[in-house]
This record gives sequence, structure tokens and C-alpha cells, in this order.
Amino acid sequence: MVDGKKLLVSASPHLRTKDTTRGIMLDVVIALIPTLVAAVILFGPRVLAVTATTVITAVLSEFLARKVMKRHNTIGDLSAVVTGLILAFNLPVSIPLWMAAIGSFFAIVVVKQMFGGIGQNFANPAIVARIVLLLSFGQAMGNWTAPLSWKTDAVSTATPLAILGGETAEALPSLYHMFLGIRGGCLGETCSVTLIIGGLYLLARRVISYKIPVAFIGTVAVVMLIAGKGDLEFVAYHLMSGGVLLGAFFMATDYSTSPIKSNAKIVFGIGCGLLTCLIRLFASLPEGVSFAILIMNLLVPHIETIMAPKPFGTVKEKKAKEGEAK
Amino acid sequence: MAEKKSLGKEFTKGLIAENPVFRLVLGTCPTLATSTSVVNALGMGISAMIVLVCSNIVISLLRKVIPSKVRIPAYIVVIASFVTIVQMIVKAFVPALDAALGVFLPLIVVNCIILGRAEAFAGKNSVIASAVDGLGMGVGFTIALCCMASVREILGAGTFLAGAQNLLVLFGDNVLNGFNGFTLPWTEVFNPMTVFILAPGGFLTFGLLMACANKLAESKGKPRAELGGCQACPMAKNCALLADGKGCSEEKKEGEQV
Repeated sequence: MVDGKKLLVSASPHLRTKDTTRGIMLDVVIALIPTLVAAVILFGPRVLAVTATTVITAVLSEFLARKVMKRHNTIGDLSAVVTGLILAFNLPVSIPLWMAAIGSFFAIVVVKQMFGGIGQNFANPAIVARIVLLLSFGQAMGNWTAPLSWKTDAVSTATPLAILGGETAEALPSLYHMFLGIRGGCLGETCSVTLIIGGLYLLARRVISYKIPVAFIGTVAVVMLIAGKGDLEFVAYHLMSGGVLLGAFFMATDYSTSPIKSNAKIVFGIGCGLLTCLIRLFASLPEGVSFAILIMNLLVPHIETIMAPKPFGTVKEKKAKEGEAK
Repeated sequence: MAEKKSLGKEFTKGLIAENPVFRLVLGTCPTLATSTSVVNALGMGISAMIVLVCSNIVISLLRKVIPSKVRIPAYIVVIASFVTIVQMIVKAFVPALDAALGVFLPLIVVNCIILGRAEAFAGKNSVIASAVDGLGMGVGFTIALCCMASVREILGAGTFLAGAQNLLVLFGDNVLNGFNGFTLPWTEVFNPMTVFILAPGGFLTFGLLMACANKLAESKGKPRAELGGCQACPMAKNCALLADGKGCSEEKKEGEQV
């Protein structure tokens, strides 16, 4: 007792988890690795070049931006690595490397560091970077390479969503191929099975909560079931095509750009799903996951304000005023 | 009432310290719309500057005649007359610019900078001071537009001063050997980033340049332009409403914010 270690007087909190930013980010990196391996098998070694470019540029931009802004160095928390990885997963494999580098620079410097760095960004950096690249270099961002064709000459192909939208007359890949990722698309969004494994790993490690992915994917399933007049195959194609799985597990769940309260998380997920479906079904773009998540990112503060829980024992302002009037 | 300033200070305050676009955040709409190319920006800036100087002079001349209750409609009539004149001149002598600016040329009437300067300055200062103030604000507006347009045109289109003949036609055909802007050499390898020509790029550039202008002004000891409260407003010294003990919230109710 005298040594002072057993009776410590301190302010709360008394229990702390051992989570660190670096640990969480490392878990996300681990969860992304199966998909990266699958992407290399599907689209060839150029995947590694694109990924290396985005990751290295992201870390370098983070380092330089912090240096220029005279803030402490944060590259050790691995968040820049995660941003780089997720951005690479959102790009077609044939993208020129300098475009990938510009995307990474944009994500880290403009979206993240200019707003104060990790935890302060108003939108998911990788998503904004993807949208900037999409709006800037539409042709390069829509140049899809057929999977497993990299050993010979790369063949271009259409994405399942473009085929579903009736843009080309190519045949849809079978559902089995869709599940394994043998289809056209961004390099990290095609392989459904590894994305689900990565998502389950994050859920098991409690890095993400199930609410956003379940609400997001569930909403897409329900809306597509209605849009497809009960056709389950149509639903399956929509769930596995485009970026729904990647978006729901890895991008919509980003801590600083998703709500904290659990019912707000469900609203956020449903919003992402609804907007995705609206863009896919009615807009001129075949895919809408990134725009859906960006729009919902911007709405997060408002969702949280509206869904703020009522403190126990208090009366709402309006009712209180009415009560006074009486 | 602000203390007497030298005419030189009235002019230079519009350049950075009270830059209408980046510090007072006025005239945002034409700034975003016409800053896709440097030539358009120059045309817009100069047109607005002419209107601003002329309307400031006339309003300052009439400041003792106009009853304060109907000052806003009176100002608008003066401004609209000058805008019509400028529009006719542009249509006659630089038709390509008129086509490029489109509806934003007549919309100078409702440009906040011009009404703002009429309300905040010309309505209660001498003619010469008002003219100099208008000139400074006009130059500040043009500089701000050209900064935005340079960033957007270079990054977004890979050109600089493209379509310069649209403006140079004012001095006759084929001036400067038919100089019509540069195409930047690296565009053959690196495609320009189209997003900067589009609306999102406009807002991005606007935000980033505003941050730079804030930093510049802060280093000179001026308050930051913030959206909270009248005291933070760089116009506080000249603000007629603040002098009357009111704030901008009353101003908004009159619906004069454009």
C-alpha cells in the first residue's frame, strides 16, 4: 500500500482499450491483402505497380504535407497506407501510373491534410480522389481490362454494370465468375469472395461495426429486388458488381466520415444503399457507389444532429414551450 | 465613420487586405462561373471594374440627394444603366467575349461587389475617394479572377490565355501576330485534369486561394475572414449597419444579398 501502486487516485476513464490507430489501420491492411493477392492473380503484376505507386505517393505526400505545415509526423499511423491501398483498389489496372500518383496526392494533401489530418477530413480521401480522377480522366478511368488476359495481350472488356445497363451487347459473366472476380472492373472491387473474407475479418476484430455494411448491402438488395421484379439473379449481379462490397466494408465504414451513434450508422448505410441504387438505375453513370458514399459523408454531421438521443428526464424544447404556454 | 485614409490606401486595400473575392467573399457567382479561362476572367473583371468605378462616382455624387429609405432601388438603377452601356459596348466591339460570358455580363447588375461598395463606401464618401475605392476593388476583383482562372485553365485545359484574340480584337485584327494563347508543352504526355474546368474544381480552387489570401492578410496583421460575427468581417470599419448598431442579419432580411 505504501508504494502507492495499489491505491491510485486518478480521473476517469479508468479502463482503456489497447486499440491504437496504427493497430486498427494494420488490421485494415491485413483485411485488404487477400483482395490484393486476388487482384494480382486476376489482372497481373501491373496491379502491384499501381498499388505501390498510390501507397508510396500517399505516404510521401503525408510526410511532406506535415513537414510543410509544421505539424508532427503521422506517417507511422499507417492511415496513409490504407488510403493508398483503397485508392488503388478503386482504379482500373490499365491506369497510367502518374494519374494514380495524382489521385494519391489529392487524397492526402487536399482532402486530408488541408482539413487537419487524420480524423479531421470531411470526406473519405480515397473516394474523393477516385471521383476527381473519374471527372478528370474519364477515358483512362473507364478502360477495363479483361481478367486473366494479362499473360497474353490485354483485352479490353465491359463491366457487368455496363452490360446490365445495356451499354454493350457482351454476355454477362456467370454468377460463379462474379463471385471469384473473373469480370471487368476496378482492380480491387471484382473479387467478391476475398472482399467478404476481409470484411468478416474486420467484423471479427471489431474494427468495424456490422451496422453500416449490413444496412448498405441490405438496402441495395431490397431496392434491386423491387427494381428487378423479384428476380434474385438480378439482385445477386447488382450486389457483386461495381464497388458495393468494397464500399460497404472498407470505405463507408471509415471512422472520421461515418456517424458514431448506432442508429445514425443504420441511417447512413441505408442512405448509401439508396443513392447507389438511384444512380445505377436512373442516372447516366453505370456505377454510383463512390458518389453515394461521398454524399452521405457530407450529410453525416446532420444525421448525427437529427438522431441525437434525448437525455434522460428532459423534455423536448417545443414541448417545454407548449407546457409553459399552458 | 472610418477615419480618413489617404487615397493610396483606399486603392491598395482592395488588392489583398479587403480583396472583394477572397476576403469579403462577394461576387462569388460570377467568380466561379467565368474563371474557366484567363481571357474570360479578364473580360469579366474589366467590365465589372468599369461599372464599379462609374457607379461609385455617380452614387457618391448623388449621396446627398438619394433618401436613405429608397437608396437600394436608386443604386440599382444607377448600376443597371452602366451595365447596359458596358454590355452594348462589349457586344459591339468584342462579340466573342460577349458570347463567352453570356448571361454573366448583364448579371453584373446584381454583383454583390458593386452594390456592396455603393452601400458601404460610395454612399458616404467623397467622389474622388469613391472613384479610387471602386478602382481598387475592381482591380482586386480582376486579380482574384485571373488567379483562379490561371490555376483552372493551366491544370484543367492545359492552355494559358487561350482565345486571346477574343480580347485583342479590340485593338484591330491580328495584333501581336495573331497571338492566341499558349498550349503548355507537357499536355502531350500528361492529360489536363478536366475536373478543374468543371464546377467542383472551381470551388476547390476558390477555397484553396481563399486560404492563401487569408494567410497573406494574417501575416500583415489583418483579421481572418470568418463567417462568424460582424467584428471578424474585414468590412467592419466601413460597415454602415454596424455603425448604426445593427448587424448583417438585418441586412439579409431586406433581401439584398445576391
